[in-house]
Amino acid sequence: MDHLVIIGNGITGITTARHVRKLSNKQITIISNESDHFYSRPALMYIFMGHMRYSDTKPYEDWFWQKNTINLVRGFVTGIDTDQSMVHLNNDEKISYDQLLIATGSKPNKFGWPGQDLPGVQGFYGLPDIELLEKNCVGAKRAVIVGGGLIGIEFAEMLLSRHIAVTMLVREESYWNNILPQRESELVSRHIREHGIDLRCKVNLKELVPGSEGRVQAMITDNGEEIPCEIVGLTPGVSPNIELAKNSKIATNRGVLVNEFLETNIRNVYAAGDCAEITESDSANNKIEQLWYTGRMQGMALAKTLCGERTAYNRGIWFNSAKFLDIEYQTYGYVSNIPRDGEDSFYWEHPDDRKCLHLVYEQKSHALLGMNVFGIRMRHRVFEAWIREKRSLEYVLENLGEADFDPEFYREFEREIVALYNRQFPEKNLHSRKKRGLLNFL
Amino acid sequence: MKLIKITHSSNHTNKNNHYVWIKAFGFLLFLSGVLIFIASLFISDYQITSQTLRMSEQKVAAEHLQHLQVLIGKEYTSKSVALADIKATLKRSEPDIKNYELGVIQFWILKNAVTGSLRKYTRLYLLLSLMLATMGGLLYIIPHFFDNLPGIKNNNIWFSSTTGRGAIGITIGSLLIVFYVLLYWFPQYIVNVVVLVDPVSYFIRNLPADQWFLYGFLYTVTVFVMGLRMLAKYRHSRYHIVRTISIMFFQTIFAFILPSLMERLSMPGLDLKNAWPLNYYFFADWNIRNLLSSGNLGVFMFVWGIVLSIVLVPVLTYFFGKRWYCSWVCGCGGLAETMGDPFRQLSNKSLRAWKVERISIYGVLVFASVMTILQIVSYSTNGTLFGGLSGALNQVYSFLIGAAFAGVIGTGFYPFMGNRVWCRFGCPLAAIMGIVQRFKSRFRITTNGGQCISCGNCSTYCEMGIDVRAYAQRGENIVRASCVGCGVCAAVCPRGVLRLENGPVANRFNLVKLEPVN
Ligand SMILES: Cc1cc2nc3c(=O)[nH]c(=O)nc-3n(C[C@H](O)[C@H](O)[C@H](O)COP(=O)(O)OP(=O)(O)OC[C@H]3O[C@@H](n4cnc5c(N)ncnc54)[C@H](O)[C@@H]3O)c2cc1C
Ligand code: SF4
Ligand code: SF4
Repeated sequence: MDHLVIIGNGITGITTARHVRKLSNKQITIISNESDHFYSRPALMYIFMGHMRYSDTKPYEDWFWQKNTINLVRGFVTGIDTDQSMVHLNNDEKISYDQLLIATGSKPNKFGWPGQDLPGVQGFYGLPDIELLEKNCVGAKRAVIVGGGLIGIEFAEMLLSRHIAVTMLVREESYWNNILPQRESELVSRHIREHGIDLRCKVNLKELVPGSEGRVQAMITDNGEEIPCEIVGLTPGVSPNIELAKNSKIATNRGVLVNEFLETNIRNVYAAGDCAEITESDSANNKIEQLWYTGRMQGMALAKTLCGERTAYNRGIWFNSAKFLDIEYQTYGYVSNIPRDGEDSFYWEHPDDRKCLHLVYEQKSHALLGMNVFGIRMRHRVFEAWIREKRSLEYVLENLGEADFDPEFYREFEREIVALYNRQFPEKNLHSRKKRGLLNFL
Repeated sequence: MKLIKITHSSNHTNKNNHYVWIKAFGFLLFLSGVLIFIASLFISDYQITSQTLRMSEQKVAAEHLQHLQVLIGKEYTSKSVALADIKATLKRSEPDIKNYELGVIQFWILKNAVTGSLRKYTRLYLLLSLMLATMGGLLYIIPHFFDNLPGIKNNNIWFSSTTGRGAIGITIGSLLIVFYVLLYWFPQYIVNVVVLVDPVSYFIRNLPADQWFLYGFLYTVTVFVMGLRMLAKYRHSRYHIVRTISIMFFQTIFAFILPSLMERLSMPGLDLKNAWPLNYYFFADWNIRNLLSSGNLGVFMFVWGIVLSIVLVPVLTYFFGKRWYCSWVCGCGGLAETMGDPFRQLSNKSLRAWKVERISIYGVLVFASVMTILQIVSYSTNGTLFGGLSGALNQVYSFLIGAAFAGVIGTGFYPFMGNRVWCRFGCPLAAIMGIVQRFKSRFRITTNGGQCISCGNCSTYCEMGIDVRAYAQRGENIVRASCVGCGVCAAVCPRGVLRLENGPVANRFNLVKLEPVN
């Protein structure tokens, strides 16, 4: 019987294991060092904020693994011997495999800042980090967060829940401006400030200064300001965690190099999730996808390959979502922060400063290319279909109600949005077609 | 290099402070109110006079009162001595008197024997206990929500002693259990607090208060106060605002005011929204007789009760799911959705709990159905067939299920097992609607494509212990018999994955597997 060994019990490794189990009765072993069982990494912040206990973040009950004959090993893999088909654990144990999946995720970036290893300074990636933050929070009153991505804003929200004052330094002109178009980025920036976070843009960390007891006491920025703080959160992104493959014959670059079938240069060795760097035949740029959803979809495709049906990983139409404090965000298709040639966009914003909709379309054909939405929930499948079917901006606007996923009784904005379009293009006269409503069935 | 020393900007000042003071002040008032309420159980003296016996005439048969004449002129400082004396006196002349009947007599005699400041200044006591507690409670639980911007803020819930099964939670649960046990089985020991609500009872019903009026009054006030809390907490969510107002309306008007007004007019005080089999005595001989002998209105109420249970319940459940009742109308649901909201995360999500739930809730349904059939046979045969058996069953049911399960466990266990213990494990009406909802209903919770991050907020905050995430992370819709449509899973989901919907019955499970769609 084949033995599939998976390193890493994150979403990628676990999805692969579950789907392989559905398709075959291979022996499956998962080796991981962070936790005994799979938990949801995006839920870490909620453990710290007291919304959930650690046990609530485990998507499967503990008996699930044995019932599905998935063998869990808690341990740290130090090396991979591809000639012997063996992985080496830090307790000198060796486990042999017929197929191997490297799904070791990421590690937080550190850029060699002076003082980055002082007590009180930390990143945020896994369970040990929230334990550390728990300790660091004792008696702390002020914190600075460096790097304003998705993890940075979660870090800030966690600290706010403990009534710790937060300053956030971002390199860009406004929050997450390297991804979000300007107006959305500014809307989120205003919301961040509304929560009392001291958001500072175009500022970089230069140095961290220890106090008399050795703990961080202040931060010095590149424009010479000194900001007193007892906690520093470093969240300037993550990079693939590939230490274990470095001394093996497995080819690596920034991540473990794989093709679109998630195969490495070594037969029967695969990599997927945050740690994989995917080379594409039709593109010069390799891609590293560091998302929950991509890890899951890679795992699903890979499971088929592992069970004999060689299947390419295909991301499909891009989607992602996040929550910035109280504002939910969804994106479908492709919206770039700086408009590209041949594109136009339609932008609507609600006066309450919490909601906006940004549709990007092809100038010539008006075909929808992508959308960003804040503060309103939209249907994934509907937008996906519209983008795939290249529906026109006008079609999308007229049928927006079909995509509305907000709860019942919520206000609907389709009419307002269409009215804005009609003001901008007086020669067209669009009408909202679909309306939600509890009594629709009548 | 010259360093510019700067401090954090002013929006960092802890906005919290004044809310903390209001909260503390509110807590103080609340605590004082509750303590005065509890203290009023112990401060009275009892004096049996001819007036006492006269006041009890409506509730206690003349022959018993005759036997109690000998107690006239007696004064007691201790409740238990007084109760023992009443009991001994009655037992002497009526050795065979039933315990139940004895309890009722003790209750009314002792209640009417209450003297002292509580009797003299009842309204003042009412003000200082219940009214003060209400005011304090409002100050304690509401303003602090406005410290934060609108949105889901479940911060520190699991760290709190009240909502995380800590000492305060255990204390609240224990007090509730004691209260329910006294209320159901030893009301004669709490006559003083029943006296407390006499002014309200006379005002609304023109009748003296009994323990059920006290209960109804406390229940309604609680639903109202904690309903206001819901409105503050979910002020960003119109679904919850509308739903909470509906719950408050049905509790206040249908469960409390209307029945009281009907009693004022000497009619049966039936809660018109209380459908069989939640209302397990609807088909009992005495209830049918009582209704049918109360003129046109009584007949109407009888017909309404049948139409509600047999036609409206399944039809509305087909269209909207059982939520139309469980989280919009029902009294038990009303308390769960208001007072119970802080405890919803305590429900057990394990597969084992689900197995127990199915055995237990359908077990109660079978019990209730058998009992009802026997009751109907008994009624239509004038008690010749199953008269005794159905009566006995009804007594067992009302003790085990109606009181012990729905009351003591159902509410007393909020801080241990979450706010829907009764609705989930016991309610036979929920069981019936659940079957409709599972097999033939337009209601489902739709999952939004592949957006789930398996975080677990939905499952954690599902008061019915449904593992919502198990479906959402596979991209499947949630179609479960037990879902009461509270809408909280959808509200707490940080990725907007869930939506409560009514739609075509076809493909409502959405079992298409999560695959990247290209
Ligand atoms: C705080 C936070 C919030 C996030 N929120 C979102 C979100 O909302 N949406 C989203 O799409 N993405 C989010 N992400 C990103 C997402 O969590 C990751 O993309 C995803 O977890 C990657 O999954 P993975 O299985 O590839 O790796 P991981 O989840 O990192 O799992 C890898 C596991 O392997 C273990 N491991 C590593 N090396 C070894 C070794 N040598 N031996 C044994 N075990 C090893 C690690 O300890 C780890 O447990 C978030 C990330 C973080 C840190
Ligand atoms: S599934 Fe959702 S709507 Fe249904 S009871 Fe649970 S939390 Fe409420
Ligand atoms: S709350 Fe939302 S994202 Fe989290 S597990 Fe539930 S459905 Fe998924």
